[in-house]
Amino acid sequence: MKMNGANALIQSLVDHGVEVIFGIPGGVMIPIYDALYDRKDIRNILMRHEQGAAHAADGYARATGKVGVCFATSGPGATNLVTGIATAQMDSIPILAVTGQCRTTVIGKDAFQEADITGITMPITKHNYLIKNPADIPRVIAEALYIARTGRPGPVLVDVPMDMSLAEVDYEPIREVKIRSYSPEVEIDDSAIDKAVELIERSERPVLYVGGGVITSGASQELLALSEKTHILVATTLLGKGAIPETHPHSLGMLGMHGTAYANHAVHNCDLLIAVGARFDDRVTGKLAAFAKKAKVIHIDIDPAEIGKTVPADVAIVGDCKEVLKRLVERVKPRQETDWNKQIMKWRNEYPLVCPTDEDKLLPQCVIAKIWEMTRGEVIVVTDVGQHQMFAALHYKVTKPRHFLSSGGLGTMGFGLPAAIGAQVGCPDKTVVLICGDGGFQMTIQELAPAVEHKLPIKICLINNRYLGMVRQWQELFWNGRYSGVDISVQPDFVKLADAYGAAGFRVEQPSEVEPTFKKAMEINDRPTIIDFVVHREENVFPMIPAGGTIEEMMVNRPK
Amino acid sequence: MSGGGNGREVMQKPMQHTITVLVENKPGVLARVAGLFARRGFNIESLAVSITDDPTISRMTIVVTGDDSTLQQINKQTSKLIDVIKVIDYSGVPIVERELAMIKVKAEPSRRAEIMQIVDIFRAKIIDISETTFTIEVTGSVAKVDAIERLLSPFGITEVVRTGKIAMARGEITAMSQVNDNA
Repeated sequence: MKMNGANALIQSLVDHGVEVIFGIPGGVMIPIYDALYDRKDIRNILMRHEQGAAHAADGYARATGKVGVCFATSGPGATNLVTGIATAQMDSIPILAVTGQCRTTVIGKDAFQEADITGITMPITKHNYLIKNPADIPRVIAEALYIARTGRPGPVLVDVPMDMSLAEVDYEPIREVKIRSYSPEVEIDDSAIDKAVELIERSERPVLYVGGGVITSGASQELLALSEKTHILVATTLLGKGAIPETHPHSLGMLGMHGTAYANHAVHNCDLLIAVGARFDDRVTGKLAAFAKKAKVIHIDIDPAEIGKTVPADVAIVGDCKEVLKRLVERVKPRQETDWNKQIMKWRNEYPLVCPTDEDKLLPQCVIAKIWEMTRGEVIVVTDVGQHQMFAALHYKVTKPRHFLSSGGLGTMGFGLPAAIGAQVGCPDKTVVLICGDGGFQMTIQELAPAVEHKLPIKICLINNRYLGMVRQWQELFWNGRYSGVDISVQPDFVKLADAYGAAGFRVEQPSEVEPTFKKAMEINDRPTIIDFVVHREENVFPMIPAGGTIEEMMVNRPK
Repeated sequence: MSGGGNGREVMQKPMQHTITVLVENKPGVLARVAGLFARRGFNIESLAVSITDDPTISRMTIVVTGDDSTLQQINKQTSKLIDVIKVIDYSGVPIVERELAMIKVKAEPSRRAEIMQIVDIFRAKIIDISETTFTIEVTGSVAKVDAIERLLSPFGITEVVRTGKIAMARGEITAMSQVNDNA
């Protein structure tokens, strides 16, 4: 069928199941937005800044497992996507970014709103394309979506010059994608599985260290089966939260810099570390030479480049976590609880994760613990980045995969609100709770507008300490309390701001108000609600192992 | 797949490796490979690129320095690039390798005979001559090119251009056959 390139692009997206786009038009995007104008089968959520569009696509992808799609115009529109694309790349999230570009005839001539976005995003995309022949559009879109979601997922960008959008294309739907230089399906090496089983059966003190790969591959059931069959306990990374229900007795919660003391003790003392879909990030390992140094390592990952990147593996299994875990469960002998389990239980009792009790002060941890009590893992929790994020990671027990969405690798402040929008658009029947700091919230605050416009009932829980709190914490602990550049107490009245945008707004200053106010928010279903939790300003996140440190340096309380 | 838990402290000796990278012959592929090397901190000693007998495929010969684990990372990270069809590491494989160089050297009439003798011994060629200079073409292993350069330097080398090494496995093995094996 004959149509212009813009229509071919939209038709390709629809043919591959894309229902929603997060984006903003611009001069060279007009043909593409024109192609959207009459369509009922795909809609655009008009964001207010392109960074928000990329994060929304990312949040949509994390919540649904589908590829999130964002649109931006050439030049500044495209460069504004960069932070969001890098965020998705670091956390292996499948998004497709379509950018407009100036006409091919003026590319390279410093045309108005020209930016070399394929050059700029080369290091932060899984792959990218510049369309130079309009006939390529259907194939490139099919390939881009395929590359984004298969293997180790990641962002793909397609740059579409305006003359390509306008040119005539003879559209044929692409049913099958084959790229000779890309084969994401890997055959699992069965002998490696046998070696892993042997190591597991020989080990006395094994621990499972589980990352986002388990969520991506939908391997939660297999993970639980392995843990239950062998009584091997599970520590997760930030992105692994929800891979195993954190209410399960086999869950040790999060490990690493702000991990639970017992997860870190378990990993430190284990003789076998089974890493599944995790990449030994420095926020997990601290000082590498001291990390799990008594342990043999089994490393399971779909990306062969992760094997041996930071920690050498004694047994490496390249493959999809779900299939690998399934085979391990089949072959490994059941094992009962051992002294090692008892030892971990002892650490649990010795260093429990506690929420301080204070009836006068509103403490951030307690707000989050209360939200947990009232929602019990039944809602999708989205966080921003900073202290509130770590408090949430520690005190919000996630019970299902894709129910805790957080920017891990890049640690992008401003991620929260737009990602929550993406999650709510992707999962309209679920409750989305955004836990956000006042710093990060103000970085993408303009996205309140599309949240109101689309009647998204996101519960925005603002953990407001009037500081860039994580930096302040480091300054307190390691920089002699010199609070340089962190005081943000000059800020809008967030309740009035909610009102100005047409959202609901409440302020909470007393611990006793947390529950009734959150209940009120849960009943509002036609617009977002901001709850401004005015918390005690100088709470710190503990436990904490300083950057590059070891478990011996773990702080569980504020040093006297 | 080696070592126990503390293998990560072992330092390995950096070595030179020759790898061949077959890539889609598309614009921007060189930038993708070079950019990857730069941002991951891999050192390129030399790089030679050109089209192959299959016009849709280009072949890069890259000489890199690094220890075994660095080389493994180079291979794996390069293989991950979507436009990379195949990375072939020639470590431990018998290969033939060649480099071509053009060397411009000062050649006063009184010293020409001496230079021509060196050229002869190295089976090099004088491809340009002026009142005061020779331009010499030499082909061979990197070590041979290094050697003639060293021997000519007393005469006064004014310019050198080297292609960078290209390499092929000896015998019947071809890079393309390795691609087909893995397809």
